[in-house]
Amino acid sequence: MNAIQEKQHRENGLKLHFIQSKKYKTINIVAKLRAPLEKETITKRALLPYILKQGTKNYPSRSEFQLKLDDLYGAVLSVDGGKKGENHIITVRLEFANEKFLPEESSIIDEAISLFSEILFQPNVNENGFDESIFKREKDTLKQKINAIQDDKMSYANMRLIDEMCENEPYQLHVHGYEEELDTMTNEDLYNYYQTIFNENELDVYVLGDFDEAAIKEKITSKMTINQQKLPEFNPSQAIKSVSKSQEVIEKQNVQQAKLHIGYRTNIIFQDDDYFALQVFNGVFGSFPSSKLFINVREKNSLAYYASSRMESHKGLLFVFSGIAPNDFEKARDIIRLQVTAMKDGDFTEEELSETKDLIINQLKETMDHPQGLIELLYQQVIGNKTLTPDQLIEGIRNVTKDEVIQVAGKIEEDTVYLLTSEGGSKDE
Amino acid sequence: MNKQIYQEINETLYSEKLDNGLTVFLLPRPEMAKAFGIFSTNYGSIDQTFVPIGETEEVHVPEGVAHFLEHKLFEKKDRDVFADFGKQGASPNAYTSFTKTAYLFSATTNIEKNVETLIDFVQDPYFSEESVEKEKGIISQEIKMYDDQPDWQSFMGTIKSMFKNHPVNVDIAGTVESITSITKDDLYTCYNTFYHPENMSLFLAGNFRPENMMEMIKTNQNKKSFKEMEDLKRNLPEEPEEVAIKENKITMPVSIPKCTIGIKEYGDELSKDDFLHKDLLGGMVLSHFFSTGGEFYQELYKANLIDGSFYFETNLDKNFGYSMIGSNTNKPEKFSKRVIELLLSTNEIELAEDVFDRMKKKKIGQLLRSMNSLEFIANNYTSYHAMGINLFEIIPEIQKLTLQDANNFMKNWISENRLAVCTIAAE
Repeated sequence: MNAIQEKQHRENGLKLHFIQSKKYKTINIVAKLRAPLEKETITKRALLPYILKQGTKNYPSRSEFQLKLDDLYGAVLSVDGGKKGENHIITVRLEFANEKFLPEESSIIDEAISLFSEILFQPNVNENGFDESIFKREKDTLKQKINAIQDDKMSYANMRLIDEMCENEPYQLHVHGYEEELDTMTNEDLYNYYQTIFNENELDVYVLGDFDEAAIKEKITSKMTINQQKLPEFNPSQAIKSVSKSQEVIEKQNVQQAKLHIGYRTNIIFQDDDYFALQVFNGVFGSFPSSKLFINVREKNSLAYYASSRMESHKGLLFVFSGIAPNDFEKARDIIRLQVTAMKDGDFTEEELSETKDLIINQLKETMDHPQGLIELLYQQVIGNKTLTPDQLIEGIRNVTKDEVIQVAGKIEEDTVYLLTSEGGSKDE
Repeated sequence: MNKQIYQEINETLYSEKLDNGLTVFLLPRPEMAKAFGIFSTNYGSIDQTFVPIGETEEVHVPEGVAHFLEHKLFEKKDRDVFADFGKQGASPNAYTSFTKTAYLFSATTNIEKNVETLIDFVQDPYFSEESVEKEKGIISQEIKMYDDQPDWQSFMGTIKSMFKNHPVNVDIAGTVESITSITKDDLYTCYNTFYHPENMSLFLAGNFRPENMMEMIKTNQNKKSFKEMEDLKRNLPEEPEEVAIKENKITMPVSIPKCTIGIKEYGDELSKDDFLHKDLLGGMVLSHFFSTGGEFYQELYKANLIDGSFYFETNLDKNFGYSMIGSNTNKPEKFSKRVIELLLSTNEIELAEDVFDRMKKKKIGQLLRSMNSLEFIANNYTSYHAMGINLFEIIPEIQKLTLQDANNFMKNWISENRLAVCTIAAE
């Protein structure tokens, strides 16, 4: 296997990233639009992807648009918004069959790039903004999405934990936006906002697959030009915040299983030197079936089916998730706390450390076998404002020592314990 | 070892049926960093009634045994297999479906060693009373987690309304009550019967050398001995053509109702050709009408009957098959009424040549895209193989389909007695 070679070009205001690979039978083209997380724009940014994927100027109805995608051998389009640290990213992805596997075809890639550029730059608009019926209809779609979080208890508990933990911080903002803002937003508001994004957002375009670079570059630059004016300043370390006081929040609903989610501040982000050691900490502590959380909460005490941890690399957070019987709350919480203490005390062997490093490296390499996974991994560097190639990341993880992990553990602070439990639950009885 | 080259899709597959009955497939992909392995038995939650190996009397085991067994195979007398894989840089996993139990791993290092660990742990069970009791707490929490998931309740609710007698209508994990009665002996009975190499297959894909790998697997298998395998006798009850419950209502706390229409495709065994036609054309027709931008999708969308959660799926197996169309919706009655009308209308619709050509293109592109994933290939190759179909020859099969095939399929696809509706709503 060869190392990943990412070639970057700046053309027409765009940052182009080309990655050649023969692993796939498709070509992926991905655009990422980055802006700061802000209350004023979050709901508009949540709605935009829904509108953009309904059609373009030349394919104004969803059916015409879909016929075009189907003609390109079932090209798959996805447009969505997401949070990375205190950034909001709108991602547009188009994946289509590589014509190398379709002997009778020779223009798929050209047509796909034209369509891709149209999705971004030539939406279906008239003099008043976006098509009014689509605008109204997609507002409803998003509204239902916002309400449906209630019905997915794991996501709901995660959202509530962040609500409580990051109160008054941008990271608290809900990625799907807010119903009350949707109610007052006009088509004109949204269209005006859309017109600013190519000037004021950072735009990165990735192309991944087995393709002719010179031809693709020419094709893209002939179709896509932006004029970036007032790019915001991104300062990743501003996202870090320490704990003022640790809190416990208990909420009751009609549920069978309680969700115990705990949030920690790691005080470490992607650009920091001890980011590698934080990854290893997370591995020993909770991200694998061989980690302390799984072994102690599930295997030794049979308290849960799942118990694991996940880190947020650009905000300096760590989350623990577990689904337990309502009566086991205190017991499970105390066992989880004991595992944090064990990490701080260095209660893990050199062998565990080296196995965990292998597992993380394995996971990274697997991510790099997956087209979307590889692009997300490469894009971390843009968000983190630091060149750290996947190979350097792997090297950094390999060199982490036990002392460094213990030092990282010492920085980790419990912030919020959140419990979603059954009505008439166990806490006070 | 057989070697088959598929030039158009640039794949080479090695295969062999070993002396003990195990079927092995090797798909080298040297450009990938990882390898993915899946060791699966043709045994799932529907196999509740059967004659155990070496016996003559039929037995009936509690609901959820196949899934319970899957959990317990990871635990050995002195250790946990998760840790063994962990030490070798691999991540293991497993799943139980209606008809299959599969053990899998992915790794980028120690690939041969990890394959050996996979085979050995599945072929060396250790069940004790104590460890069986301990697992009941964990699986109870898994079941409770599903109890709170409206999507899962909606899925199982739809299955239960379609199938009257077929054990596909039983929850894969069982119920908290049924798993309480599971014993160590139940596990051994099922294990000895269904985990015989003759009933299993091993598929490996990724970065390894096929010659060395096959050699290692053979040496490993030659060291072990297995009882002689007679014909496996599984008993499935008669299943009527029509659905069990036309309208099923489930109440649970949801903020927005969910409604699913189930199409009972069939409830007994199909021939290979019928299966392939249903599989390809059924998928293409559903996708043509119901994918975003499709004619039926647009109708439902414009009438405000669906939102972003709208989905459709088809699952066809050897002796049962179903499709589902569902969404979160504030108007479940209107939604289900309209979907049923649209489905029934397909009996009269004739597709045009250019439309069908586009449907074929879409299906081919989807398949190429899926083949980026070693997991997809490994999971699906063996399922198709069990039906006598070669996954790598499906693209030419799609190209061969004619407009007449499609229109004939549509004429008979839907009948009212095979449609069921399941609604989830708050009280």
